[in-house]
Amino acid sequence: MAGYVTNLLLLALLVFILVLVIRTRRLFPVVVLAGAYSLVSAAMFVNLDAVDVAFTEAAVGAGISTVLFLAAMAYLPGIEKTPPEAKGIGHILPALIICIIAGLLLVAAAIELPPVGDPTAPPHVHVAPRYLEESGSFLHIPNVVTTVLASYRGFDTFGEVVVVFTAGLGVLVLLAGFTRTARIAKSGKTGIDGGEGDDA
Amino acid sequence: MIGPVAQILESWNYLVVIALMMGGLFIVISQNNLVKKLVGLAIFQTSVFIFYISVGKMAGGTAPILTDGPETLYSNPLPHVLILTAIVVGVATTALGLALVLRIHAAFGSIEDDEVLAMKAEAAEPRARRGGDMGDAV
Repeated sequence: MAGYVTNLLLLALLVFILVLVIRTRRLFPVVVLAGAYSLVSAAMFVNLDAVDVAFTEAAVGAGISTVLFLAAMAYLPGIEKTPPEAKGIGHILPALIICIIAGLLLVAAAIELPPVGDPTAPPHVHVAPRYLEESGSFLHIPNVVTTVLASYRGFDTFGEVVVVFTAGLGVLVLLAGFTRTARIAKSGKTGIDGGEGDDA
Repeated sequence: MIGPVAQILESWNYLVVIALMMGGLFIVISQNNLVKKLVGLAIFQTSVFIFYISVGKMAGGTAPILTDGPETLYSNPLPHVLILTAIVVGVATTALGLALVLRIHAAFGSIEDDEVLAMKAEAAEPRARRGGDMGDAV
């Protein structure tokens, strides 16, 4: 019961943070709020028995993501120019309609799902019991999540490493010579390459 | 089997997660600022994680770390494994998105998507290209 109440409180906190993110115009608070969102969801994961996910989310989602955002913010303007609300209802109405329709469709589907924690729900009766019962005597690793991640589904994890490598490669390619370009753009404003634009 | 109110209370997690997801989607669609769009994407993503972990929860269960007790009830480890992978991939996409935003800022001097689109339309109108930077980025 205490777990259920904690769950509700954390969900309420998440909704509160979301509303703040939508309403805040300065980007630094928005980024910090996104970090807080990750941290609160990590607390939720602990409450829902997913301890491995919780510390990954706290370290990677709330830590590394926020650091990446802050590092990028050093080069970017710190405030949103005109919030879409300021441009009149016509600017946010289509987005609102799309979100409400999609949300209602999802609610219609979610109502049919078995309740949270139901032991007879399909995900709990298929392959999970086998992992829980056999992995201990088979591989002698007490943490079942680690067993599945590194052993039963090792290729999945290998694919994940490839994805991260590709993303790192993409970032390197995109940012190669970035500081140089930024410097040229800055010096362009002071008129050094002004001649280049004249023949246009 | 049970009344509608009880049913809503039982699947409360799912309903709130859907609201959070739609909030993230709303940020992605409606906001012009690219950094805020990325934050919206991250919120959407985290909400999906909460959904998966809620599915894996077992009433009266504990974390799936094996103990000696024979009758211990564990939560489902499979959603946990899936989401561990998704969190790391999520950071990779965030990094790539931020790198793109930095390049867009270097090329256009703005991270508001309506301004960038207007500038692109303006640059495409006369055939003359102003400098190599903009051509590189497009």
